[in-house]
Amino acid sequence: MSERDWLPTTPRKSATFDDYALSEIRRAAATGIYDIRGGGSKRRLPNFDDLLLLGASMTRYPLEGYREKCGTEVTLGTRFAKNPLKLAIPITIAGMSFGSLSAQAKEALGRGASLAGTSTTTGDGGMTPEERGQSRHLVYQYLPSRYGMNPDDLRRADAIEIVIGQGAKPGGGGMLLGQKISDRVAQMRNLPKGIDQRSACRHPDWTGADDLEIKIHELREITNWEKPIYLKVGASRPYYDTALAVKSGADVVVLDGMQGGTAATQEVFIEHVGIPLLSAIRPAVQALQDLGMHRKVQLIVSGGIRNGADVAKALALGADAVAIGTAALTALGDNDPQWEAEYERLGTTAGAYDDWHEGKDPAGITTQTPELAARLDPVKAGRRLANYLKVMTLEAQTLARACGKNHLHNLEPEDLVALTIEAAAMARVPLAGTEWIPGQRF
Amino acid sequence: MPVVDLAKSSLRELNAALQQLGPTTNETDWTVLNPSGEHAIAAGVDAPVTVTIAGPVGYFCGGMNKLATLVVEGSAGQGVGENMMSGLIHVKGDASQSAGATGRGGLLIVEGNASARCGISMKGIDIVVKGGIGHLSAFMGQSGRLVVFGEAGEALGDSLYEARLYVRGPVAGLGADCIEKEMRDEHRQELFDLIKAAGEAGKVDVGEFRRYGSARKLYNFNIDNVDAY
Ligand SMILES: Cc1cc2nc3c(=O)[nH]c(=O)nc-3n(C[C@H](O)[C@H](O)[C@H](O)COP(=O)(O)O)c2cc1C
Repeated sequence: MSERDWLPTTPRKSATFDDYALSEIRRAAATGIYDIRGGGSKRRLPNFDDLLLLGASMTRYPLEGYREKCGTEVTLGTRFAKNPLKLAIPITIAGMSFGSLSAQAKEALGRGASLAGTSTTTGDGGMTPEERGQSRHLVYQYLPSRYGMNPDDLRRADAIEIVIGQGAKPGGGGMLLGQKISDRVAQMRNLPKGIDQRSACRHPDWTGADDLEIKIHELREITNWEKPIYLKVGASRPYYDTALAVKSGADVVVLDGMQGGTAATQEVFIEHVGIPLLSAIRPAVQALQDLGMHRKVQLIVSGGIRNGADVAKALALGADAVAIGTAALTALGDNDPQWEAEYERLGTTAGAYDDWHEGKDPAGITTQTPELAARLDPVKAGRRLANYLKVMTLEAQTLARACGKNHLHNLEPEDLVALTIEAAAMARVPLAGTEWIPGQRF
Repeated sequence: MPVVDLAKSSLRELNAALQQLGPTTNETDWTVLNPSGEHAIAAGVDAPVTVTIAGPVGYFCGGMNKLATLVVEGSAGQGVGENMMSGLIHVKGDASQSAGATGRGGLLIVEGNASARCGISMKGIDIVVKGGIGHLSAFMGQSGRLVVFGEAGEALGDSLYEARLYVRGPVAGLGADCIEKEMRDEHRQELFDLIKAAGEAGKVDVGEFRRYGSARKLYNFNIDNVDAY
């Protein structure tokens, strides 16, 4: 053994087989089951941070921040519905099921949304009285599982959202694991307590767009043509999906990008199916424009929306409104550092907790365990959500005024540039400082 | 005895008239002429009335029905009685796909054959089909009973929960987690009652049916739990 007179190379971990990939291989090898979790895609994806607003300059005139009006209201469902939804702000609360969320959390979402003058949405599992009672504008989801579906709730709703898919899992169904099936959840879904509840990925009584058109017609007949009918799709082929939604007779298209949250889905699905919202908005808007339906059929987009800048940029790309899920739960108190000790006991940390399907949420939001759920005060949590919605709106208005717009809907793609070539290509706006929009044919 | 002729009145007029009937209405006997395969005929009715539809209907006839008795004197298109809550829908002809889909209560009778996905995702409805049914029937059926006098197609009862299936004729194949189960007295009794409700008491022998239900092996995701059932 001779002594080395050189230093060994630094231990190097593989960029391909990184710590997460290795731990997932070990987990799979130990359990024989794929990983299920809540939340949305966690990896870095092109998003609204890759876009910038240009603001006013010699050729644009800004509006005075504190005096000059910048409208925020939006009307959804103007195409066929007798009673379109009139919302004060273009930020809505996305569909999240009772079952995945506690009754208190659903109530808090309703309270917060109502204070802010916007809508909230039921989810896979039906409508609860708490939620209806506290929501001024309630959108009722019509899902493949049809859990809890009945004509009375349908008529009690202010709008109907037919769910074709979600951004987190376009082409996937749902599941609510047995741990979260309380008596009440079981009863609402008509299934035995404690068993896993799978939600089908296809609707049971229609298949293609031609059938869907007839389904929409039926729902309108049952509800006296009063309610706006939304169609929610996970972003994958947004141009064609939007065109077919229009053909099917929808009033509103809801487009959910791959960052969109879910209550419980396979990790592999969340991270590998669908496209980022940034890349989906322009094709959807293009489809509406090609059909002469932009602003007539409204477009709501969701998936990773966090702040007023995201809202402003989404609207500038042509959306009429946005929807938020994860951010709303965060405003209620999800993943709050005050529960850090408990997150650690669950083997995670505040900000990373995503085992929502297990029902052990220390913050009392993604649970059906009464003691945990009782931790969330629906009134205070609703207040926090309302505050947050107000801040987002003010932020979006600030940006719109800087661009000289007296309504958020006057933002336009010409107000935007991109920081990266990817974002420029996806959002179809020029790379900052250039006139280059990759992928455009001249 | 109101009569609505769909050659002269619109579907909207018909459905609006039917939907505004209350529990104590005197107009309990309706006839619809010239249905001509229109969709969503008598959908969303919520009153104890009888509506006789004189001919074939399109998709979703009687969708979400509550309390009403609907008689279709012809065949029915896709999704007849979808999500019905209660009442009776009686199809005198054949029924297309997804008959009684997600139905929560009431009774759906099909005199002829039903097609694929009959009783898909059923949640409490009773369905009696006097002919045969197509593939994937009672897929993910949660509760309720499906009675078939004739044969059943492939993948009967796939991913079944607690719905009970009674089939007299041959079954082309059972879906995942669906198995044949023993016919006990309580099953013979409920089958007898259903056959009677469908107007066939004394004509059809319960002893000729086989019962199918869930093996309950897909009920919990954790692979370790599988042996517990
Ligand atoms: C806890 C939770 C439950 C959800 N449940 C449903 C549901 O029942 N139906 C549905 O269409 N989408 C559901 N979603 C997806 C949301 O409606 C929405 O598409 C998504 O959360 C938007 O993305 P974001 O979370 O990044 O804001 C759920 C999301 C979460 C976080």
